[in-house]
Amino acid sequence: MGLPNASGDLSTEVEVDAFRRLFPLRFFEKHLLESIRPDARPLGRARDTTIALGAVASANGSALAKIGSTTMLAAIKMEVMAPSIETPDEGCIAIDFHMPPICSPIVRPGRPAEAAPVVAKQLSDTILSSGMINLKELSLVSGKAAWMAYLDIYCLDADGALFDAALLAAVAAFSHLEIPVVSLNDDGKIVLSEEQGLSDREPVNKEKRKVNLGSIPFSLTCILHKNYILADPTAEEESIMETSVTVVLDSSSQLLSLYKPGGAVLAYTSAIQDCIALTRQRVKELQKILEEAISGMEVD
Amino acid sequence: MEVDREDGRSQNQLRPLACSRNILHRAHGSASWSQGDTKVLAAVYGPKAGTKKNENPEKACIEVIWKPKTGQIGKLEKEYEMILKRTLQSICILTVNPNTTTSVMIQVVNDDGALLPSAINAACMALVDAGIPMRHLAVSISCCVARSGVSGLVILDPTKLEEQKMKAFAYLVFPNSVHSVLPEGSPSVQGEPIENGIITSVTHGTMSVDDYFYCLERGRAASTKLSDFLRRNLQQQPTNSSKAG
Repeated sequence: MGLPNASGDLSTEVEVDAFRRLFPLRFFEKHLLESIRPDARPLGRARDTTIALGAVASANGSALAKIGSTTMLAAIKMEVMAPSIETPDEGCIAIDFHMPPICSPIVRPGRPAEAAPVVAKQLSDTILSSGMINLKELSLVSGKAAWMAYLDIYCLDADGALFDAALLAAVAAFSHLEIPVVSLNDDGKIVLSEEQGLSDREPVNKEKRKVNLGSIPFSLTCILHKNYILADPTAEEESIMETSVTVVLDSSSQLLSLYKPGGAVLAYTSAIQDCIALTRQRVKELQKILEEAISGMEVD
Repeated sequence: MEVDREDGRSQNQLRPLACSRNILHRAHGSASWSQGDTKVLAAVYGPKAGTKKNENPEKACIEVIWKPKTGQIGKLEKEYEMILKRTLQSICILTVNPNTTTSVMIQVVNDDGALLPSAINAACMALVDAGIPMRHLAVSISCCVARSGVSGLVILDPTKLEEQKMKAFAYLVFPNSVHSVLPEGSPSVQGEPIENGIITSVTHGTMSVDDYFYCLERGRAASTKLSDFLRRNLQQQPTNSSKAG
């Protein structure tokens, strides 16, 4: 049909936007030859990242994370419950990831996004196996009461790298989390103590405390296309070049997850090493951004 | 220092493999794959006309349905469906039958560790049985990091008990090994033969970066053995296409 020739001839006549829609792969490859992407980023650079802590005032811990246009809102609510019999001195964390129709034109109400349960499960596995939260810290009275933390992450804008933004929002929400003060009332039940002046009830924990975080996980998604490795893809890039590798490292450089779900491009050792090196750089950037956000909150 | 495995295997020894094709007569292709006690049944229907709403009509589409042994379909099943779909899409030649859907059904018969690798192997054999055009086969292996550090120990094909006890495990999928008739050997990309490339990798638990690369090495060695098993199996069992004779 002569399509490659047709695009070559048309490229001088067709407008940039039309060319982008009609021949997306050629559009991107023209940019990749110059080692740059359509949004003027070099191949290895991630988009601008911001974290805002305390976005949801009524939650015990919350954060809003933005990587470029991808926006995630994470909120944690704590509830007291009876611990399970096998682990009487451990609390529990329940992680859920939602993609409401606001986030993307392909998500419609009543038809849940395909990506949502997958990202939810990945997040759950990563956070629970990272050792960031020691579940024993969430225990109140051994065998009788422990904290259950419900972490909900809502995607407000889905523009690629959903897992990265969701993990960042979750981690930021945990760093903002304050466990409320509770005390044991006469029936032996745990209640929230609103006032601190009550002397007839002995509080179980003296003051609102922050959770001690162990090693914090950070991640980076890269797209492999021929010999190029693009860090932090947008939704457009993800839909055109389908092979993605997500590397999760924690602050002590341990590999928590190397996730490559299929894809036409095979990953050789050199490509994996490059992805891991890009992730190490990104971990340092994200650590700095998170520390700035936390110290910004403490000043208030 | 060797690690004592409960069933007496050495660290690089796989469980006994068994594979039979064309076991379901209504399906266009079917296969049953078992590694030790883990057994998975895969059935392929297709290509059928039409693609789903959000899929590209210029290519063939692959749909995966995963049925667990017990219980309702939850996030784990959805995740496995997505991983399997993307893995199979990368090995099938999608431009041969555009605007068609091929359905792959996976039924878990028994889960004793290495479930996802068994399912990928079973699905690949079922696709061969159905005659779906493919670039190469997908050979899948499970590796477990028993001990980290200098005396790192990676064991292959862990059982469910071993997976739960160990620090971390990885499911790896490689293309099958190439027997080349060319005098210069098989083509290589970036100095590495094609069968060293990773199609899919899913890890669980914390391991160091060096442990992961060690898993990759062990996985590649094991995938050569698995490729030989597949080759022998496919050459031996001709598909009984005509029952009339």
